[in-house]
Amino acid sequence: MKRKVQASVAMAASMLALAGIFAPDAISVTHRSPAQLLGEPETVAIAPGSFEFRLPGEFLKNDYPVDAPLQTTAMRRGFAIMKYQVSAADYARCVADGACEAPDVVTATAGDAMPLTGVSYRDATAYAAWLSERTGSVWRLPTDAEWAYAAADRYADDALLLAADGSNPAERWLARYRSEADRTGPDPQPKPRGHFGANAKGVADIAGNVWEWTTTCYTRTRLADGVAQTESTDNCGVRIVGGRHRGYMSYFIRDGKSGGCAAGMAPDNLGIRLVREPDSLLTRLKKLLPARIA
Amino acid sequence: MLTRREALLGTAAGTAGAVLMAAMAATPALAQVPAADIRSLPRQKVKLVAPPFVHEHEQVATSGPKVVEFLLTVKEQPVVIDREGTTMQAMTYNGSIPAPMMVVHEGDYVELTLVNPETNEMPHNIDFHAATGALGGGALTHVNPGEQVVLRFKATRTGTFVYHCAPEGMIPWHVVSGMSGTVMVLPRDGLEDENGKQLTYDKLFYIGENDFYVPRDENGKYKSYETLGESYEETLNVMRGLIPTHVVFNGKVGALTGDNALKAKVGDRVLIVHAQANRDTRPHLIGGHGDYVWEQGKFNNAPAKDLETWFIRGGSAGAAFYTFLQPGVYAYVNHNLIEAAELGATAHITVEGEWDDDLMAQVSAPGPIRAI
Repeated sequence: MKRKVQASVAMAASMLALAGIFAPDAISVTHRSPAQLLGEPETVAIAPGSFEFRLPGEFLKNDYPVDAPLQTTAMRRGFAIMKYQVSAADYARCVADGACEAPDVVTATAGDAMPLTGVSYRDATAYAAWLSERTGSVWRLPTDAEWAYAAADRYADDALLLAADGSNPAERWLARYRSEADRTGPDPQPKPRGHFGANAKGVADIAGNVWEWTTTCYTRTRLADGVAQTESTDNCGVRIVGGRHRGYMSYFIRDGKSGGCAAGMAPDNLGIRLVREPDSLLTRLKKLLPARIA
Repeated sequence: MLTRREALLGTAAGTAGAVLMAAMAATPALAQVPAADIRSLPRQKVKLVAPPFVHEHEQVATSGPKVVEFLLTVKEQPVVIDREGTTMQAMTYNGSIPAPMMVVHEGDYVELTLVNPETNEMPHNIDFHAATGALGGGALTHVNPGEQVVLRFKATRTGTFVYHCAPEGMIPWHVVSGMSGTVMVLPRDGLEDENGKQLTYDKLFYIGENDFYVPRDENGKYKSYETLGESYEETLNVMRGLIPTHVVFNGKVGALTGDNALKAKVGDRVLIVHAQANRDTRPHLIGGHGDYVWEQGKFNNAPAKDLETWFIRGGSAGAAFYTFLQPGVYAYVNHNLIEAAELGATAHITVEGEWDDDLMAQVSAPGPIRAI
């Protein structure tokens, strides 16, 4: 699970660049899908731009944990993200197709109104693959940066801004504990679609009480001067979940409460919101063909 | 000669006077003390405080024995027992799970008024493990909805003791529905270590642990019921399997975490009283210890020292004395870790203060593996 991080940073950058080459205008395109294909979930177009982003993972300076650097991050191309979280009923269709594992507790009783909860990273990627297959578009989990950008005004900076030098490690533990306790809502029961309203970008229910899986791996980085990275390790067995506070969760965990450590605050629920890749030229052609020939 | 069983049946059936008097006469502690002497003792009325805290009290008694008056009102009410909103039809004393802790000194008299409001469905009573005779008071305290009763008992033994509801035929259901609490009888000179050196606590945390047995529906979701009576049969079926669905501190998963985490400072001497009325448990303070532990909770026995985990027998309360030496976020758990992490038996204590590098230091922060 562990490898040096420089490679993955470079890889992520090249993936972004590659993706950018194809169909940068795709977000505004509406598809007329063949009848056999599943209807496209409603999405919100996230416009290109840049934002101040607190890097994910753990950062050490002089062997003491410090706040992650704040970085101006450019989203050179926009992207389309699901307006609502994947619902329990959506996921049930994937289960019925035999492409997704059934949830531990069946909650899909209220039609499309209830968000899916109780899913792992594996479930989330399986669902994305199934939805891509069924719609003919490419659906995937967002990166942590994409999630933060889409969350906009709902995104909570997790810096602790402590003045202390770190020689008393308990100060960070206590500050982190309090900050996460403050951000934990009083009611963890999943609410019907739309309950938490839309954020400034029109994304509904984001940072409500269902945390959302991202592709971003846990990283631990040593900083030379507070900014420049000297070395870093990442662990892709642990992925970031976006929500009221940023969570780190083993990929196979379905119930966030079980994935937390003895003395931390766990996410209320784990769910899914996917990003749709702009259609490549090939995808657009495929969609024009009768289903199943493609 | 009246047997205890007959006395119990008689009381439960509401048979008056004679049976009650006979039961009392069979209780030597009550029969032998001249009532006039007790009437001349000073009286103190105590307002109970909801757990995890306890009413103000002296650790060392500064005066002679007295009669300490407490009031418990039975409240039958639905309570939410986890973060998912699972609702259980609970039975409580004073509305809290666990019921409030009562503190007196050895030789004091506990005088309890037990009220069962008319709005309740069930008869209730109380069995004090600290008391002697009459099923711990259970035989003398049966109250139907709309009744109240007053019981007095002498605190003859020191220690932490469970009390619980014990109505005939339904004892375990009442207990696992929330009706248990703790009495602490302190030695008149306060707590002492094995050499007679005084142990004074700055704070007392009162942890009541409960095992709950909530039925599930065909989809695996926890069921809720409109009334206590409706919940009885299916709940009893789950109980008979002996596998709790929830094991919690203070009545609810997460009742003592997050914003409700307990608070202390480095140097604080804390007495943690842990009660479990029904089922064995094994408290452990992660990153700390039990400096002095009365596992069985009885202060006439010398405390065990330096324990990592202590054992609380079902149906008893124990006490652990600890001085916090390091700051941080501590987890206080039932060290059956499945019960702690999956079923709810976890509390957090946030402790402020200076870090002691001598006790522990991270010599080298985590980083890539190098040649050793």
